[in-house]
Amino acid sequence: MNLNSTVTLTVNGKKKEIRVDVRQSLLEVLREQLGMISVKQGCAVGECGACTVLIDEVPIDACLYLAVWADGRSIRTVEGEIRDDKLSRVQQAFVDEGAVQCGICTPGFVMASTAFVEKQQDRKVSRHDIRRGLAGNLCRCTGYDTIVTAVQKCLEEDT
Amino acid sequence: MFNFKSYTKAGSIQEAIQLLEQNPAAHLIAGGTDVLVKLHKGKAQFPYLVDIHDIAELNFIDRNDDGDLVIGPLSCFTHVAESPLIRKHIPVLAEAILTIGGPQVRNMATIGGNLCNGVPSADSATPLIALNAVVTIEGQGESRQIPLEDFFLGPGRVALEHHEMMTAITVTRANYEGYYGHFFKYAMRDAMDIATIGCSAVCKVEDEILADMRLAYGVAAPVPIRCRDTENKVRGRKISQQLLDDISGAVKNDVSPRTSWRAAREFRLHIIATLAHRVVKQSILNAGGTIT
Repeated sequence: MNLNSTVTLTVNGKKKEIRVDVRQSLLEVLREQLGMISVKQGCAVGECGACTVLIDEVPIDACLYLAVWADGRSIRTVEGEIRDDKLSRVQQAFVDEGAVQCGICTPGFVMASTAFVEKQQDRKVSRHDIRRGLAGNLCRCTGYDTIVTAVQKCLEEDT
Repeated sequence: MFNFKSYTKAGSIQEAIQLLEQNPAAHLIAGGTDVLVKLHKGKAQFPYLVDIHDIAELNFIDRNDDGDLVIGPLSCFTHVAESPLIRKHIPVLAEAILTIGGPQVRNMATIGGNLCNGVPSADSATPLIALNAVVTIEGQGESRQIPLEDFFLGPGRVALEHHEMMTAITVTRANYEGYYGHFFKYAMRDAMDIATIGCSAVCKVEDEILADMRLAYGVAAPVPIRCRDTENKVRGRKISQQLLDDISGAVKNDVSPRTSWRAAREFRLHIIATLAHRVVKQSILNAGGTIT
């Protein structure tokens, strides 16, 4: 059986047409074919969130997502978050709050946080809400406090 | 790379059923959060996949002319939990769903997948059983409806023939109108965890009388279960602290939890009794009752 398929997707604003094996995860295609190495494989079973990317603005674990499902969809990874040489506000907040230690979870956290921040509309958000919103991402270094503070700062800027 | 031998995408319910009929070894894949986990690291549990991920006719949440709520099984958890219809009429389901996994998992995992996977810990099962949900099952040219409670046959076993699939989950108006519920999941962590015990209750309160109560548990037996004996004993009684104590004392006769590495049977029985008290109490309070 033919296990190859052509997929057209937009990655960080750029349209790509690629051949994929239907058995590949989006994580594998993003890293190996498209060079998006910010997308980390941690657990590979949807527990750690290190491979979080936004698919049509929705945070998804790329490890548990077939590459063929991305056909026709738009993907955001950390590589696309810097615009005009400027970090996104979420990235800048992570830097300002020292929310990065070893860094392996950081791209996933940045994308999950970006989705969380962009989804809130004038809603009062507690630190508990932020923790629940980022519950799909694990960090073994920071103890999460600085990450939660970074997200809180982003939301305070909005109001 | 996942280890499967064939992959076919179905565009409609009929096409999916045909593909299942053509290959007795084929499996459906929807959100993938169970199937792909079982396929990773080269495991070959599901060699032939029929992909129903993009079947639009199975992805909806509606309230029909009779006021019944109908949920398409391919609705992802996030959509169900954020649906204004669900939040207004059966918020206990949203409450339960928000305890599942984390945001990324809920954005992919489907409610039908959670039910068809058939595990006793399925968090969406207990609120739906408490709401007397009915599932629609379609096969080649035929369709049937069964109570969700009867859909679960054993751990990982559900009432689906090989060529059948779930096409709707219905909660009729009579089963939710006037009922107020609560859900509690006892687990080691507040997210990304499997329930040690899950508990859902819905109650109807009239003049400080518990006019009706439906109580359901996950992980308290080989399948998600209802506590029929307890429900029958307390229906129509005056609301009081004693009533809650009686419910808490009676549930142990409705359940049969097992010892596993997660928790011992005795510990689960303790949690079950404690949650009966807590979850029914909150349901009664949500229904406007007062506990004297």
